[in-house]
Amino acid sequence: MFKYSLHAVVVAATVLFAQAALAQNSMSPPSAAMAASAPRDPSLKPVFDEFGGKPGLVNLMNDFMVNLMADARTRPYFVDSDREHIKVELVDQFCVILDGPCTYTGKDMEKVHRKLGINRAAFNALVEDLQVAMDKNNVPFRAQNKLLAKLAPMHSAVITR
Amino acid sequence: MKKHRYGRSAWFVAMALGGGLLSSTAVAAAAGGLGDSAAADSNTPSFSNKLLLTGGVSEVEGSAGGGLTPWAVIGGYGTADEVGGNAFYTHITLPDYHLDEVGAMVGLYNRVELSVAQQRFNTEQVGASLGLGQGFTFQQNIVGVKVRLFGDVVLDQDRWLPQVSFGVQHKKNNQAAVLSYIGARSDQGTDYYVNATKLFLSESLLVNATLRYTKANQIGILGFGGDRNNAYKPEFEGSVAYLLSRHWAIGAEYRQKPNNLGIAKESDWYDAFVAWAPNKYVSLTVAYADLGNIVIKNNQRGLYASVQVGF
Repeated sequence: MFKYSLHAVVVAATVLFAQAALAQNSMSPPSAAMAASAPRDPSLKPVFDEFGGKPGLVNLMNDFMVNLMADARTRPYFVDSDREHIKVELVDQFCVILDGPCTYTGKDMEKVHRKLGINRAAFNALVEDLQVAMDKNNVPFRAQNKLLAKLAPMHSAVITR
Repeated sequence: MKKHRYGRSAWFVAMALGGGLLSSTAVAAAAGGLGDSAAADSNTPSFSNKLLLTGGVSEVEGSAGGGLTPWAVIGGYGTADEVGGNAFYTHITLPDYHLDEVGAMVGLYNRVELSVAQQRFNTEQVGASLGLGQGFTFQQNIVGVKVRLFGDVVLDQDRWLPQVSFGVQHKKNNQAAVLSYIGARSDQGTDYYVNATKLFLSESLLVNATLRYTKANQIGILGFGGDRNNAYKPEFEGSVAYLLSRHWAIGAEYRQKPNNLGIAKESDWYDAFVAWAPNKYVSLTVAYADLGNIVIKNNQRGLYASVQVGF
């Protein structure tokens, strides 16, 4: 009996997943507000502290940019840009997501990335470079994942091919 | 004799595929090591850009997944623009039996996975006491195909939609006469499954559920269908994995099994595992597996160890 009710649940769940997928396809892309910056999440305040607050984020972004420039997969996207400005914007953006005392004044994520032709490989390369930088700055793995979970949905604004 | 040859040629194919993958892995690793010299322009061949461990490991039938059950992930480290592949060796030591297995898989553009595997299930002393001879071995070849239907196991963190795949595993056992004697209806069969895998990244937790339609007895090692039941039955399989770091994951699995043969009650399977991936080219999985009753022996609990190389 248990066995069959379990099956019913799985079948029902699969059907729901399929419907959700269809619904996703028929809906418009994420709103511009979403693309500008991930929303502030008050529950992540403890994570902000695990990142070492704003000074921690500044150090993190310095190491992150060094990694991005050393990585052949990501370097082409940053070599001709104002890297100091990008670091400042990233600190603010991460700070806002983690409910720190900051405001993000940067450009719309989708506009910034539209013409860069970033694929999944380059996106994942950036994630790896960020993970290495977070490890170097002794950010606990669980805290890293809480931030990455907020950044991951930006893929729709960043990956364009 | 013909069957024997079939088995042997399948073994050679698996070994050749494995060897080919090993050498291409070495090339991939070497090229990866060169790093900067390969500029990231779109003409440069690229590979291994999936995140670490997000291609799963090789499950007991050769598909990408956990240890006992396939996941919805496509094996190897290829993204939507890339091809990935790997080869594996698995050994399971039980009180009264042991299993050796080799296999290989190719993942195409994070959409399709093709796999081959060969299992050798050695009955040790049990073979002697059943009159089959000491060390009597059931050999099974498995060819698998998996297709990702929708969803992205890693990126979809703002919605509850999992990654969902559909897969087929065709299995052929080389001991038709013995299988027929114990009540199995066929020496070959095909499993069909749908699975959903979701990474809850903010919790560092991966969850998988698989629904499999199968007639296989002991995943096919004891044939397909039986005197007690010869119809396809839906069976549930589940995995939970907790990510300790980028390189380490621990978890547990459950696999429900049919009960088609009159000679012995077949148990559901469980395991608890640790997986370690020092880099994208190699991973090790060690598990404590509880495979319950297998023919005349109860409490078949033992060590599952698997090594995978790939890119």
